[in-house]
Amino acid sequence: MKILVGYKRVVDFNVRIQVKPDGTGVMTDGVKLSANPFDDIALEEALRLREKGIATEVVVVGIGPADLTAHLRNGLAMGANRAIHVVTADEVQPLTAARVLLKLVEKEQPELVILGKQAIDDDANQTGQMLAALWDRPQATFASKVEIAAGKATVTREVDAGLETIEAELPAVITTDLRLNEPRFIKLPDIMKAKSKPIDSIEFGSLGVEAHDHLKTTHYAAPPKRSKGVMVKDAAELVAVLKQKGLL
Amino acid sequence: MSKILVVAEHLNGKLNSSTARAVSAAAAVKGDSIDVLVLADSVDAIAAEAAKIDGVGKVLTIARAENAHPLAAVLAPQVAKAAAGYSHVFFPSTTFGKDVAPRVAALLGVSQVSDVMSVEGAHSFKRPIYAGNAIVTVEANPAHAVVATIRTASWPAAGSRGDSAAVEALAVDAALPAHTRFVELQQGKSDRPDLQGAGKVVSGGRGVGSKENFEVIYKLADKIGAAVGASRAAVDAGYVPNELQVGQTGKIIAPELYMAFGISGAIQHLTGIKDAGTIVAINKDGEAPIFEIADIGLVGDLFKLIPEIEQALG
Repeated sequence: MKILVGYKRVVDFNVRIQVKPDGTGVMTDGVKLSANPFDDIALEEALRLREKGIATEVVVVGIGPADLTAHLRNGLAMGANRAIHVVTADEVQPLTAARVLLKLVEKEQPELVILGKQAIDDDANQTGQMLAALWDRPQATFASKVEIAAGKATVTREVDAGLETIEAELPAVITTDLRLNEPRFIKLPDIMKAKSKPIDSIEFGSLGVEAHDHLKTTHYAAPPKRSKGVMVKDAAELVAVLKQKGLL
Repeated sequence: MSKILVVAEHLNGKLNSSTARAVSAAAAVKGDSIDVLVLADSVDAIAAEAAKIDGVGKVLTIARAENAHPLAAVLAPQVAKAAAGYSHVFFPSTTFGKDVAPRVAALLGVSQVSDVMSVEGAHSFKRPIYAGNAIVTVEANPAHAVVATIRTASWPAAGSRGDSAAVEALAVDAALPAHTRFVELQQGKSDRPDLQGAGKVVSGGRGVGSKENFEVIYKLADKIGAAVGASRAAVDAGYVPNELQVGQTGKIIAPELYMAFGISGAIQHLTGIKDAGTIVAINKDGEAPIFEIADIGLVGDLFKLIPEIEQALG
């Protein structure tokens, strides 16, 4: 079977983001960009399913500007068979991303779509669920364990109450949680090999996706700073301070 | 002009406090009415609890055997139908709300506002991005229903009222898929307060060192009536189950008192505790980033300090 994997490029998780003083955005010029960590986990899971003989082809999908191609090459170097690049210079919100993915699903007919549970830039946690709804297929979000057999996925999900297991008939959408797996590192020879793997470029405009998004971001602000704390010298002083504040 | 529908979260026949927190956010919209929607196999006890929440106009129930477990694919078509006539549909931003809300939004053909921290107007909201390192104001299109998840740590639970709101059974004509099935739920067994609703949280990180050592954290938590949390490092190392994880990828909490033992304070973790009332950091490393946001810091060995704290508590 074929697996489609969403592969978003985001500001690297180690970068401490700065809000522009005029409130128009965050500073992204010259900032290190990387794969969204949850998407690396998604790709790793797809590759493992291929290594087990369950999947035959793994396709990474990116939506973004022309230079996103270099990012998709990383996905190919990690092991994806090929890539699809939906080219757009505009910001893409989750509903639009889901509509784009649905078009690709209709074209590619995958049996599984694996996405990260959220992107660490907009922290929306929506795209997978929205795709599943538009596609009218099952969703298994926050997956920490995936087993595929007999036309269905048995997925353990990390929910607030503990671990929930559900069964989803394929085709289905799975979104990955952190503990699903440990993504592999890219090796140098694989970077060379990735150069000859195909990347399909599709102009966003040619997909016929309604790009109208209903959310407008009007202002960016830095989070409120906490006031400077105090250091105490020992346990007795700590307890005394907390008792004084009425916390203990 | 605003009519708000809050979708209730519940487990084992009990309403989750996240629902009353979402009602608080709904009240901040200052609309005409707030209704709560309960989807379950057996709705009566849950609906009775929801009817006691201050500010709720009425409680709508959809009792179906298929609603026994919160499967997004099953619940979303019903919520989308029930949403007709409402200007806003709110869910708590818990794993339940995050799972179901985007599916409802997509069925309604609208964008979703995730993790609402504050309501600036009926269609204007503040939410965190980049792990809480920036706060954005977003405007939703007034021509469509607003589907949003409410960041529970930013809102107090709405109080309870003397009387009860009316409870009405709602009939929705929604075809439910059979392609997704519940198998089981393994709950972490704990008599301690719920992490997301607790007033006090005692948390441990990599510095605790092992699963066995975590007992000292549990002991202190029990002594002061606190919930137990953990950093991602402690969860990944297998010291505690993952539902205890606090941070961007775990739970976002806002207790009055947060005590962090052996937690260095990665950005990812700090995101989960930024709104805590008082943060106490106890760490061997005086340079640990956690001290930058702690209100009270103490440098030292947690294994030596915890017994001393217990002793000082009497």
